[in-house]
Amino acid sequence: MKKLALYIALAILAAACASKEAKEETPVADKSTNVPATQAQTGGNMVKPAQPAQPVTGIPDQLLAKRSVYFDFDSNAVKDEYRGMIQAHSRFLSDNRDKKVRIEGNCDERGSREYNLALGQRRAEAVKKIMVVLGVADNRIETVSYGEEKPVAMGHDEAAWAQNRRADIKY
Amino acid sequence: MTAEGGTVLSRKRRIALGLGLLLASCVAWGQLTIDITTTGGRQVPIAIAPMGGENLQPQAVSEVVAADLARTGLFRLVNTSGVSPLPTEPSEVNFADWGARSAEALVIGKIEPSGEGRVEVRFRLFDVQKQSQLASFSYVVAPAQLRATAHRIADVIYEKLTGDKGVFSTKITYVVKRGTRYELQVSDADGFNAQSVLASNEPIMSPAWSPDGSRLAYVSFDQKKPIVVVQNLAQGTTHVVANYRGNNSAPAWSPDGRFLLVALSKDGLTQIYRIPANGGEAERLTDSPGIDTQPAYSPDGQWIAFTSDRGGSPQIYKMPANGGPAQRLTFDGSYNVGPRYSPDGKTIAFVQRGDSGRYRIASLELSTGQVTVLTDGILDDSPTYAPNGKMVLYEAQVGGRGQLAAVSGDGRVRQRLTSAAGDVQDPAWGPLPTN
Repeated sequence: MKKLALYIALAILAAACASKEAKEETPVADKSTNVPATQAQTGGNMVKPAQPAQPVTGIPDQLLAKRSVYFDFDSNAVKDEYRGMIQAHSRFLSDNRDKKVRIEGNCDERGSREYNLALGQRRAEAVKKIMVVLGVADNRIETVSYGEEKPVAMGHDEAAWAQNRRADIKY
Repeated sequence: MTAEGGTVLSRKRRIALGLGLLLASCVAWGQLTIDITTTGGRQVPIAIAPMGGENLQPQAVSEVVAADLARTGLFRLVNTSGVSPLPTEPSEVNFADWGARSAEALVIGKIEPSGEGRVEVRFRLFDVQKQSQLASFSYVVAPAQLRATAHRIADVIYEKLTGDKGVFSTKITYVVKRGTRYELQVSDADGFNAQSVLASNEPIMSPAWSPDGSRLAYVSFDQKKPIVVVQNLAQGTTHVVANYRGNNSAPAWSPDGRFLLVALSKDGLTQIYRIPANGGEAERLTDSPGIDTQPAYSPDGQWIAFTSDRGGSPQIYKMPANGGPAQRLTFDGSYNVGPRYSPDGKTIAFVQRGDSGRYRIASLELSTGQVTVLTDGILDDSPTYAPNGKMVLYEAQVGGRGQLAAVSGDGRVRQRLTSAAGDVQDPAWGPLPTN
């Protein structure tokens, strides 16, 4: 019977899905602790040149630990407050040429799913553009989107939506 | 026969005056509960007598037929209680009695063993006023097929009385989300017999039926990014159609089933490409500075409608099927997306954001440019036409959860299909079965 075949196929499929749960995320902050101090220093100097007396090694780590860029409604404009963070990641990539990065765009739940998927990708693309300008090779950055499919905040109000309009930098 | 004249057939499109009718029928059917609301419009009174011998079967056929017809909002069920004996043959029908119950149409039937464990289901449809038989069919089936047989009977009755094809034997697909668990399900059009055809801990989006109903294309995130997969439903086999750099999404079948339109971001922002459905090279069809996505072939395969924000705000455009100059189709408001052609190609259903910031399903009549808002939700999405063009199934947000709903092409009849748990989203209505 066809139905039986379907069920068997489903069972196989379900098993395949279940075995696919390996974690792929590695926190960037952990990796950045391995960055040689000289590199970290370079980063720190560029970000906070006005504070040469401060210990600078911690600053890039702090910036690298931040991986999310938040957007206004219906906008893919990267706000100035995220420039330093994106610079730090660009420097990290310039100093670690074996690393590739993925930028994942997200949207709030309002609007049509498929169009939101494209909007999220445009947000990711906006972050990528800045990195490319800062010298990261185009082919090392992939931009993808989860659209409205993976909200971090589950509510249906502006507080939740603001957290979900986001691009995440992932290594 | 009354002097007023007019048979069921000739009356079928007459629109009654009077106030809006509210028919709230709330029956728990499998996973989905369906509430029907009709406003205005005349309903054909139809009596559906219990079939002889159906109480001995696992499925009361007449109840399924009655539910199918009632769900359309086009029929009013006439009470059959107290009729004794219930007719199962034409000679047993007392037309005057049914006329007194104001029935204009009558369905009778019986179910009898036909050997080898099978049963014969025979039904007859009458015009009560004319005392004439409009249809008669018999089916020899296994008892497990009685529900499907009931849908076929409802299809015959619906077509005889309205002139349109019935869609009771069709399938729908949709995504059910429970927590972080996603399932792609296929069920009968009434929500029964739901089967999971795919399960994942990553999102599933945008299922689309192949024209012959044998395959589903959809967007999978199993590889931690959106890719387009085609799954053969009978065999359960899958193959990846589009897994390019960036996003791969929004699959739409060509009417001949040979190609898929997809939205890819491999060259920058999302654009529309054509790919052979069995796999092959992606051929770029649009080249705009903005986002082009949500493509849909016209039923004749000559045009592609799609969403583009090339002009600043997202609007619906159409272009020739091989690409080329696009023509803008929507002009009201700043957000018109997600076009879907009606089966006759004359109308496009889409998502419109109104002034209030609500997202609703609207229809665009292509010959006149007339736009009609069909729904009044806050976050309606993903319209999909029934294969007879009479209803549009869509996703609505109710109480913070995704639920399916359906609305008639004129907005008069509304159904809500509520699920016990989880979000139900992204519906797609399958094709008419090929017999």
